[in-house]
Amino acid sequence: MNKLLVADSVSKDYGDFRALNQVSIAVPKGSIFGLLGPNGAGKTTLIRIINQITMPDEGKVILDGQPLQQEHIKDIGYLPEERGLYKSMKVGEQALYLAQLKGMSKSEAKKQLKLWFDKFEIGDWWNKKIQELSKGQAQKIQFIVTVLHKPKLLIFDEPFSGFDPINANLIKDEILKLREEGSTVIFSTHRMESVEELCDHIALIHKSNKVLDGNLIDIKRQYKSNTFEVGLKSSNSQTVINEIKNKFVVLPATFKNVYDDVKLNVKITPEISPNDLLSFLTSKAEVHHFVEVIPSANDIFIKTVKNN
Amino acid sequence: MNHLPLIIKREYLNKVKNKSFIIMTFLSPLIMIALISVVAYLLQLNTNKKRTISILDESGLFSEVFINTENITYNYSNNTALSSAKAVVKEKEQYGLLYIGKGDLETVSETIQFYSEESPSLTIISSLENKIERKLRDLKLVANGLDSEQIKASRANVNISQETFDGQKSSKIDNILKLAFGGISGYLLFMFIIIYGNMIMRSVIEEKTSRIIEIIISSVKPIQLMMGKIIGTSLAGVTQFAIWIILLGILSTIVSMIFGVDLMSAQGQQQELVQQAMDNSSVQNEINLVVQSFQNLPLANLIVAFLLFFIGGYLLYSSLYAAIGAAVDNETDTQQFMLPILMPLILAVYVGVFTVIEDPHGTVSTVFSFIPFTSPVVMLMRIPFGVPLWQQLVSLLLLIGTFTSTVWFAAKIYRVGILMYGKKASYKELFKWLKY
Repeated sequence: MNKLLVADSVSKDYGDFRALNQVSIAVPKGSIFGLLGPNGAGKTTLIRIINQITMPDEGKVILDGQPLQQEHIKDIGYLPEERGLYKSMKVGEQALYLAQLKGMSKSEAKKQLKLWFDKFEIGDWWNKKIQELSKGQAQKIQFIVTVLHKPKLLIFDEPFSGFDPINANLIKDEILKLREEGSTVIFSTHRMESVEELCDHIALIHKSNKVLDGNLIDIKRQYKSNTFEVGLKSSNSQTVINEIKNKFVVLPATFKNVYDDVKLNVKITPEISPNDLLSFLTSKAEVHHFVEVIPSANDIFIKTVKNN
Repeated sequence: MNHLPLIIKREYLNKVKNKSFIIMTFLSPLIMIALISVVAYLLQLNTNKKRTISILDESGLFSEVFINTENITYNYSNNTALSSAKAVVKEKEQYGLLYIGKGDLETVSETIQFYSEESPSLTIISSLENKIERKLRDLKLVANGLDSEQIKASRANVNISQETFDGQKSSKIDNILKLAFGGISGYLLFMFIIIYGNMIMRSVIEEKTSRIIEIIISSVKPIQLMMGKIIGTSLAGVTQFAIWIILLGILSTIVSMIFGVDLMSAQGQQQELVQQAMDNSSVQNEINLVVQSFQNLPLANLIVAFLLFFIGGYLLYSSLYAAIGAAVDNETDTQQFMLPILMPLILAVYVGVFTVIEDPHGTVSTVFSFIPFTSPVVMLMRIPFGVPLWQQLVSLLLLIGTFTSTVWFAAKIYRVGILMYGKKASYKELFKWLKY
């Protein structure tokens, strides 16, 4: 069993509006799974179904081999996008309460909380009220509360919003550490650079349908267009350019290179191997830059959403 | 995983530890006592005012009738003309002048007039009328050949004792006591629903606006959270009520000890009248009657019914309050939904106050004691008068049925509403939510 969570043809209707249409995803154990999509695509609905906040109208969800049920609440940690805490309650009391709701015993929760508070160096917040903390500080507490009970599955919805770069980094490192310790992470965000950085797998939901999913590298392979950035040093650049143009499809290039006598994006057909292109280039001039153009997550996101 | 006790505990502690809750708990009895004391003081000030009333009795029939009391001095001014008597009264700034013209027993009553600077108090006028009427009646009886001993002997004091066919005895005092019992319990429920229903509503709104709701809801079922909230808040309410009652008891004792003001003597004037009416019956007798009446009340039935109807009625309404809280984003939006809740409640109190007193087993009060939205208040007011068990049971079953469905209905709205932000829900929208 290498899938921690499988959603199988899940649909959800709100009145006449179909929020999710036959969406299936499979989240491998130990992966960081990016759940992407434009605003209002249905990500939050899917996440709420996984959290048993709402029930699907059709389809089923399997967690660790079992159909989703009440007992699984303690196996999931959820940091919602719309998040907050009781403003007039003290930090410590509140964290203890939320941990107990997740099924932890009071003493265990206290012990774990102390560890986390020490790690984040916020031990002196215990008796403060939430309303005395800044937004970023409160988010830290929310993060701790989400991961405290060491759930198998962590779901973060825009985890970095509201954090300054330093704290965002801190949280990112903690997410990676949790994955190393065996947690599986579902990660929903609009920030594509963090998808690039963190996610192994992604699924893209658009207008209530899943339009793309899989291993991020596989997807990139699928989306790449066999285009290479080529930077050459040559004394008679125009001749070389013309020779390349005669043989390959050439596109304008924008990359930066120290030698830009010849600066091109060269697209080759699948039958031609990059080696052929490279040996052709070396025969004509001195090669200083030869990089395959790999679409970024951002490119893939925009392209897929536009095409649908 | 049953988190209900945990949620109840949090809700309870959160309410009880809240600063404004604590302040309200301890301040309200103080304010209430202060208010009552002020009112009592003012009333006493009013009744203690010394007044002088001049009497010009040209008929000579009423020479011994007006006897000075603590507050009113009667001043017979004989052998003066009406105009000069008026002038004297005006000059001495007396309260007024009672003029009784010449006439015999039959005609004198038409000559009587009261002159004063301002329109006189109703109680004073009626007390004067009483005195004159009684004297005239006595005089007429004497004229018809009775002597004063016979007249005294003819006075009677009747207190009709009532008994139902199955032997339950009651009296007028019984009825007053029953009214008090029913009224207090009905009103208590009404107050409780309004105060703590609102508190529940606010606490739901708070969870929505602070955005903690989604975190909580991923751990517990919405209905658990809602019930925990209702029960926790109610327990806080019971605590507050208990403290209020204890404090009120202590404070009123202290106040009456310090100021020597018997708060009850606020109705001093009425007491005077009552005492006049009870010429013959002794006070001891009355006290015995009250004690007896108290024992006559169906106490066991009262207590059990109070608990059941109180809990049922409270759950019914508080679940609706919770649903309203879930349907809106802030307190100002609650108005449109409050009216349908308040209407039946207010109706219940009015029905209770006006029809139950008139006729506890009449059609109106009986019907309203079955309708679940009014039954808790109306039935609680009726029960002291003895309601057949089957009626109580049917009403209770209806109530349980209804509150089960309102809790279900509220939970549905709650479940959807708590996750809806920035939307002002309409009734149409709420209806749609029921189907999600």
